[in-house]
Amino acid sequence: MAKDMKTSFLEFEQPIAELEGKIEELRYVQDDSALDISEEIDRLQQKNQTLTKEIYSKLNAWQISQVARHPQRPYTLDYIQGMFTDFEELHGDRAFADDPAIVGGLARFEGQPVVVIGHQKGRDVKERQYRNFGMPRPEGYRKALRLYRLAEKFGLPIITLIDTPGAYPGIGAEERGQSEAIARNLFVMAELKTPIIGVIIGEGGSGGALALGVVDHLMMLQYSTYSVISPEGCASILWKSADKASVAAETLGITATRLKTAGLVDRIVSEPMGGAHRNPEVMMQNLRRAIAEELLRLQAVPVDQLLSIRYERLMSYGEFKEVTLK
Amino acid sequence: MSWLQKLLPPKINRPTGINKKTVPEGLWSKCPSCESVLYRTDLEKNAEVCPKCGYHNRISARARLAMLLDEEGRSEIGAEVQPVDPLKFKDSKRYADRIKSSQADVGETDSLIVLQGSIKAVPVVAAAFEFKFMGGSMGSVVGERFVRGVNAAIERRSAFVCISASGGARMQEGLFSLMQMAKTSAALTALGRAGLPYISVLTDPTMGGVSASFAMLGDVIVAEPQALIGFAGPRVIEQTVRETLPEGFQRAEFLLEHGAVDIIVDRREMRDKLANLISSMTKLPAVA
Repeated sequence: MAKDMKTSFLEFEQPIAELEGKIEELRYVQDDSALDISEEIDRLQQKNQTLTKEIYSKLNAWQISQVARHPQRPYTLDYIQGMFTDFEELHGDRAFADDPAIVGGLARFEGQPVVVIGHQKGRDVKERQYRNFGMPRPEGYRKALRLYRLAEKFGLPIITLIDTPGAYPGIGAEERGQSEAIARNLFVMAELKTPIIGVIIGEGGSGGALALGVVDHLMMLQYSTYSVISPEGCASILWKSADKASVAAETLGITATRLKTAGLVDRIVSEPMGGAHRNPEVMMQNLRRAIAEELLRLQAVPVDQLLSIRYERLMSYGEFKEVTLK
Repeated sequence: MSWLQKLLPPKINRPTGINKKTVPEGLWSKCPSCESVLYRTDLEKNAEVCPKCGYHNRISARARLAMLLDEEGRSEIGAEVQPVDPLKFKDSKRYADRIKSSQADVGETDSLIVLQGSIKAVPVVAAAFEFKFMGGSMGSVVGERFVRGVNAAIERRSAFVCISASGGARMQEGLFSLMQMAKTSAALTALGRAGLPYISVLTDPTMGGVSASFAMLGDVIVAEPQALIGFAGPRVIEQTVRETLPEGFQRAEFLLEHGAVDIIVDRREMRDKLANLISSMTKLPAVA
């Protein structure tokens, strides 16, 4: 996981990177030095905290998308390992294949059996390829569908972890009905007789994310994003230039705060300073607490009522005006 | 072939000459598929299908519904629902201005028109996409009109038909547009619980968020010949996989072959076919 690796810094984090480099150097010097420079190190660390806080307090939407896609950000299997016990990964759609871009199975959350399903990205080149960069094919969505049904049958709550650039745009994916696979999940999730909690842990990429996102309670991690189209895609279509991605990110309103204000997201889960990857333990603590609270609340609601609340919520999505027609 | 075409072929079909590409607007129209020059009136009478090669031209939502539904007893649903600009979206042009200019150019207030009525006396609620209105893109108004149409169908216990022609979600409404996929799909669960049929008709083009929601959820999925139907656009796929796409990729016939649609229906037979399908599904007497 992230903590074993050297932190890689994003462009806007360069000042932090330099300062941390300096601290490392001093530490190295101190090891074989008679002089006590620990005070200096403390001072720099203090400064680093302030600097990180300052930079992270005013991230723009494009910078947040960079954090959401950070190569060291915890992924679904990291969260499963960190927040759940007794995980049994279940594979395959029973029709064509197993899609490694979506993982899921039975697990226990604070002792309670649940079904957990999420997009899975890869950490190194080989694994990234194996996970197809977290872009599912139809069989991935059909595996998820199978697990939704399994959860419903045994009355287990579902927790989905969302982190994908989008559904895979490939020839085989189209041949095997990418559209239908996504659509079917939206349909089934809308009337699934068990509580569903969704968490956007990184990138919420369009329909490919939504197929795990029709839920009773939707959370977003502080530096995650959720969008109908990637900022780059939007920029190249509407601004005719992918360079305008930062403008598009801002305009599309893809951040947790914007979406919470719009009423499309229920809860924002704080990330440790500098993002989830800087301190995964703290991240998992925060998320575990949030999930536990919402799960308790949702499980107290009778299932019929849960479904009608879910339905009304889905029907409420959209902004329009009603005019009197002549 | 019309009498006029029989009369004029040497002049019009002349293979060379500058006039070939500049057929005047309005009176004549060139088939984009077989390049035959057709008299507009003939094309209109033929449901905008090329009489020579069967090519299905794109067609407006109103014309579509007009040729599908019985003349008697039509009324519109959801026209009072109209677009706003929730994100104050602005690229090279403000979304608010795009709405206004599309409304002026197309004569519709958004890209989905819903009518209740009947097809050969079989009651239906029918929705059709207006592709000319911002590429038939789905924003909040499309979602809400769709839901109101479904609710009307439940109320009068009729079938629901949706004829799609859309590039997908409307980016200018951000995540609100993505949520319409969930909203419309959920509405269909209510229709299903009421035991009423939903027929999805896919026309050229049905892509992205529309394809990946209600368009693929029909009890019966009908496609028009040659219609482009898919999740990702062909260009995006080509750029991703760096391969040439197979012949006929994402066309209706390709989908039929891969088991994604039930039936391909020529537009000129759509009315008969839909009446037949719906009357069977709702256990009404066979339609003549």
